Amino acid sequence: MSHFLDRLQFFKKNQGTFADGHGVVTNESRAWENAYRQRWQHDKVVRSTHGVNCTGSCSWKIYVKNGLVTWETQQTDYPRTRPDLPNHEPRGCQRGASYSWYLYSANRLKYPLARKKLLQLWRDLRKHNAPVDAWRAIVEDPVRAQQYKQARGMGGFVRSSWNEVNEIIAAANVYTIKKYGPDRIIGFSPIPAMSMVSYAAGSRYLSLIGGVCMSFYDWYCDLPPSSPMIWGEQTDVPESADWYNSNYIIAWGSNVPQTRTPDAHFFTEVRYKGTKTVSITPDYSEVAKLTDIWLNPKQGTDAALGMAFGHVILKEFHLQNPSEYFTDYCRRYSDMPHLVLLKQRADGSHESGRFLRASDLAANLGQANNPEWKTIAIDEDSGQLVVPNGAIGFRWGEQGGKGKWNLEAREGGQDAEVKLQLSLLGKQDAVAEVCFPYFGGIENEHFTANKQQDILKRNVPVKKITLADGSAALVASVFDLLVANYGIDRGLGGEHVASSYDQNVPYTPAWQESITGVPRARVIQVAREFADNAHKTKGRSMIIVGAAMNHWYHMDMNYRALINMLIMCGCVGQSGGGWAHYVGQEKLRPQTGWTPLAFALDWNRPPRQMNSTSFFYAHTDQWRYEKLQVQEILSPLADPEEWKGSLIDFNVRSERMGWLPSAPQLACNPLELTKAAASVGKDAKDYLVEQLKSGQVSFACEDPDAPENFPRNLFIWRSNLLGSSGKGHEYFLKHLLGTKHGVQGKDLGEEGGEMPLEVKWHDKGPEGKLDLLVTLDFRMSTTCLYSDIVLPTATWYEKNDLNTSDMHPFIHPLSAATDPAWESRTDWDIYKGIAKKFSEVAQGVLGVEKDIVAVPTLHDTPGELAQALDVKDWKKGECDLIPNKTAPNFVVVERNYPDTYKKFTSLGPLLNKLGNGGKGINWNTDDEVAFLKRLNYEVTEEGVSKGCARIETDIDAAEVILSLAPETNGNVAVKSWEALGKITGRDHRHLAEPKHEEKIRFRDIQAQPRKIISSPIWSGLEDEHVSYNAGYTNVHELIPWRTLTGRQQFYQDHKWMLAFGEGFVSYRPPVNMKTVAPILNRKPNGNKEVVCNWITPHQKWGIHSTYSDNLLMLTLSRGGPIVWMSETDAKKGGIEDNDWIEVFNINGAIACRAVVSQRVPEGMVMMYHAQEKIVNTPGSEITGTRGGIHNSVTRTVTKPTHMIGGYAQLSYGFNYYGTVGANRDEFVVVRKMNKVDWLDGPNGDQLPQPLQTL
Amino acid sequence: MNTFFFGIYPYIAIAVCLIGCWARFDRDQYTWKAGSSQLLRTRNFRIASNLFHVGILFILAGHFVGLLTPASIYHHVISTEAKQLLAMVSGGFFGLVCLAGLCMLILRRMQDPRIRNTGSKGDLTLLLLLLAQLLLGLGTIVASTQHLDGSVMVMLADWAQYIVTLQGGAAASAIEPVGFIYKLHVVLGMTLILLVPFTRLVHVISAPVWYLGRRYQVVRQKTAQR
Repeated sequence: MSHFLDRLQFFKKNQGTFADGHGVVTNESRAWENAYRQRWQHDKVVRSTHGVNCTGSCSWKIYVKNGLVTWETQQTDYPRTRPDLPNHEPRGCQRGASYSWYLYSANRLKYPLARKKLLQLWRDLRKHNAPVDAWRAIVEDPVRAQQYKQARGMGGFVRSSWNEVNEIIAAANVYTIKKYGPDRIIGFSPIPAMSMVSYAAGSRYLSLIGGVCMSFYDWYCDLPPSSPMIWGEQTDVPESADWYNSNYIIAWGSNVPQTRTPDAHFFTEVRYKGTKTVSITPDYSEVAKLTDIWLNPKQGTDAALGMAFGHVILKEFHLQNPSEYFTDYCRRYSDMPHLVLLKQRADGSHESGRFLRASDLAANLGQANNPEWKTIAIDEDSGQLVVPNGAIGFRWGEQGGKGKWNLEAREGGQDAEVKLQLSLLGKQDAVAEVCFPYFGGIENEHFTANKQQDILKRNVPVKKITLADGSAALVASVFDLLVANYGIDRGLGGEHVASSYDQNVPYTPAWQESITGVPRARVIQVAREFADNAHKTKGRSMIIVGAAMNHWYHMDMNYRALINMLIMCGCVGQSGGGWAHYVGQEKLRPQTGWTPLAFALDWNRPPRQMNSTSFFYAHTDQWRYEKLQVQEILSPLADPEEWKGSLIDFNVRSERMGWLPSAPQLACNPLELTKAAASVGKDAKDYLVEQLKSGQVSFACEDPDAPENFPRNLFIWRSNLLGSSGKGHEYFLKHLLGTKHGVQGKDLGEEGGEMPLEVKWHDKGPEGKLDLLVTLDFRMSTTCLYSDIVLPTATWYEKNDLNTSDMHPFIHPLSAATDPAWESRTDWDIYKGIAKKFSEVAQGVLGVEKDIVAVPTLHDTPGELAQALDVKDWKKGECDLIPNKTAPNFVVVERNYPDTYKKFTSLGPLLNKLGNGGKGINWNTDDEVAFLKRLNYEVTEEGVSKGCARIETDIDAAEVILSLAPETNGNVAVKSWEALGKITGRDHRHLAEPKHEEKIRFRDIQAQPRKIISSPIWSGLEDEHVSYNAGYTNVHELIPWRTLTGRQQFYQDHKWMLAFGEGFVSYRPPVNMKTVAPILNRKPNGNKEVVCNWITPHQKWGIHSTYSDNLLMLTLSRGGPIVWMSETDAKKGGIEDNDWIEVFNINGAIACRAVVSQRVPEGMVMMYHAQEKIVNTPGSEITGTRGGIHNSVTRTVTKPTHMIGGYAQLSYGFNYYGTVGANRDEFVVVRKMNKVDWLDGPNGDQLPQPLQTL
Repeated sequence: MNTFFFGIYPYIAIAVCLIGCWARFDRDQYTWKAGSSQLLRTRNFRIASNLFHVGILFILAGHFVGLLTPASIYHHVISTEAKQLLAMVSGGFFGLVCLAGLCMLILRRMQDPRIRNTGSKGDLTLLLLLLAQLLLGLGTIVASTQHLDGSVMVMLADWAQYIVTLQGGAAASAIEPVGFIYKLHVVLGMTLILLVPFTRLVHVISAPVWYLGRRYQVVRQKTAQR
């Protein structure tokens, strides 16, 4: 009824009074109450999450009202974990709760978009040409190509249709394969764990056509290479609930409350149990206020602090008053007792060489299989040299009998029990002077050096042995070398050892004071407390560490220094202890169920995978500007003559030797190469080896600037490569995209720098290498802005997918609360559509083709036993080219291109033929394939996929993952533990037996998150008795670490490691990137210029690292790009809070506002990740174009030790080992801006006008 | 012209006001509000708001009583001249009270960034219109000192009484001779009535006065639920 008419009854509403007139009865309408009732009524509430690389991985309730998503709240129904542990909930932070803003915001991508210039050319040419011909006409005509390439990032998108964009993409892909080869089609998408099916959609398509999937974990510099170095493990960490089991926690460079918000409650809760907490951060961060002790070393000097901690722990708990627990732990689980050969130097002193191997000794010490891959120790009781079980040589090729790849205290010959001897002291044959490289004295104007001799000679007890060839040699145990490395006086005399903490000798607490600024007393206190707690609790001391320290060029020193502390104290693999490195959702729990789907291993193997750091270093031509000389990072013990070349030369050598992967791989089209081989009647692999040896064919990496070696097509999905993770952003714009950029520096040619030896130099660096950049996103990000085609995807509330994290043991879904809005589609549907169009367009152009794929010597395959004792380069004639030994393996893969769509949408037959597996374990999976045929139904259409299980929808794809993975299918878990047992000689099935029949389906996890099942793919257990903790099965199930010795390694004996001074840990100051001096005070604007260190942490006002363009977050922050700086630096530069400043160096420039805060120490500025340049970013006075992103002032720089391959744990694995994108050694100039120009033309629709530069 | 503004326009204004209010009351219940900004800033609000409300309420009441009471009735109490003097003095006083309150409210609305950003442009425009109308009204008092015989007042009262008795033509001719400032005041007044349904002036119709006499407990009948 009418409210108005109701009101006409106003005077009649009273129906009488009661309670002596104190109350009144009325007949007023109560309809207004509906407003309150409907406030919390919804059409439905759906479980989903945010696919955002946040370790939180929180499950959310998504509310739908009138068909629209209204808001989200935290789910509170996580399964119970273990008695005595606090609940996991509430999980979910305010940032995640702001996500629904994106769905209907103006920033949402609603239709397929294409760059206007490109679309004009396409429509014009397509009228009279077949798709592939039309594409050829565009990209092979330099004028046409330049028209749209130089418009990248300049706006000008127009609406297209799915049909049209799919055809353009398909035509580009087909043309590129035909003309240049499939390995010129690149795909970048990160972090499968955040939305596994969406990742798999693109990677499945690329893997079917022979394209390249790019790594991300290493590129983000989240991969700590020290983890594979020490453990042979990518990264494995405790779940956050395990913090509650700890009694002493150091949060080192990890801002727990800010970046691990949903887990931080465990950190606070455990303090109520009496756990002591320490934070180590240079700035007064949020974690600093939460802990009992705050240490603030100068940024980038953490390794010095770690060395001093190690010095105290080793001295007090291993030498003065040895902890029985520590000694026993290190004896069994570390390489401490293993023997190292000493090399004599010209001056009679020694340096540590490689591990002694069985092959060095007479009759291989009884080892027939892989004797050069088995390390040696001394049995304390018999005094004999023995081959302890568990070395990598035992992992592969053992014939017959019980497997011996385990950590039982036995030796590999007679299977006798042994007790390995840690130290030779007291039993030594002699005392040798051993040289250790010292880097702490290297001058760097921004860091304090502690001058000492470059080479520290220290006395070490040694044993004299006779080698197989009859020569005599000196050996020392890792323990004795380690103690010497830490500079502890053992009464053997000699220099550079300290008997007191107050001596300024590397690496005492007094020594570190001048470097870090931390008082020595604090160092001694924390080290003592940390170790004492571990001693009393058998390893319940933990270090939580974020990527902050890992982003320095010498990140390995930071990490190894602290990991050494953990191993010395027996914390790794113990509940409540160990290394808790949290950086992102690297833990793809059902990984082995996912790999067949993601890399199309069900149809063809191997896939093409590439390490992104080396790729982008080469193809965005950042190497052309390299300022860091190899000599600067070489060990003072190495002969510089032996190590000539620049960083990219080392990368090329590595690729040629089969250590790192390549993309593009060969300097020719692989499809043509196999044809040429067939025409001369030769096997393609043999033919290629011949051609390589004769120099007829070369690797593409030797000439990355030649047009035939350009990456041609690039797909980016689930990523903001150009707005966030692209280190050297401006170089991307200049060379890869060929558009307006802010690069200020000169390349080596212009500058007259030292030229690379292995790489061909072109005087003019190419600009615009990419023909087509396609980005899938749900919002107009900076990356989309630079793309040629932008495809609108479903948001995280509009698709079905899977999500896991290392922070909790649950697997839970993303689910479609509503259908994808406007014309957007799920990633799965988008790639399915592209695959379909590709199959049509390929008809008549590509048929059944033979592709030859180069595969590096991979970790967890027999290929990891490549060159055991020395490094030989076939190209230099030092050895023969043997695929998978001294060079990459070459594998022929047959691809029927018109069948791509059929293969994409079905589960192929290779799983039956070859089984499934991962991490060196393989099992039969026929049961699961048969099951999927019943669950997803069989393909009935004629063709290659007839009779296979269907994978039509995203849910079908999710079921494939869940069915094949041991973590979500108990039957597979039991099979996988059984398979591992064959190698270790131990029965591990009991770990999964109780869950044998448990099978997790997609609808199960939609109902409630599910705990995963323990599997041998991971080193921790998830069960009723123990929280997930890394290394737990190594310690408690005696499964070896996947390293050379099979144990946690303090010592790295590879030739390159030793040459670059990283056999043992030490402190290495940040490297000088030389990016400030050439521009400092060269382009004055009248304001003072301040030089600061460039630190780029994760943000407070953004959803994880990437989504900061959200209105709610912008409102809470400052509504645009900001940089934090100290009051002191601000004063120096005449800068006040909220002033517009410019941050620049020769890499580029950023225009933003200053946040002046006491939080920040002098000498550094911080810019939170990924503040989009599309939000409130004015023009830069330096570059004349719009200010950049946080990576505009960085340039990535690689490290040779990360290029090592084919050497046990130092072998390439996708996202596992390889070069990492370090960026924290960078310095910038900070200066107040004179003129804030928004580059708007007089008419709002005009393109940005160039700014007058200084 | 005269006929339109004083014979027709008043009916347009009243019609728009009535129908508009009806529509808004039925369609947009949540917009039927005073839109108070008291929560945003209380400082000076109490004094400003009260001055304004006391002033405007008296003025409105004065207009109603003064214009619509037939001469034959009020002559029992007061002479025309005396009535004009009373109107000028009391109206002037409360006009000034209202002016003080209104100016404070306008300043407050313009100066406080929270109120400025929370309110709409219409809110400020409305206050400025009220200010204009108030100043015009005060201006008529000045004009009235020129003719203290009450003749103009009688013409205005006649106009008002013709209007409410639906004699538009007679109303227009009754008001024709009055000074320009009076006419402007009347037209703006009609315009304010016209604007009622589109602004927060609806608050004139709804105010929680019944709250003062409300019983301690209010119970609704179940049958009345619709």
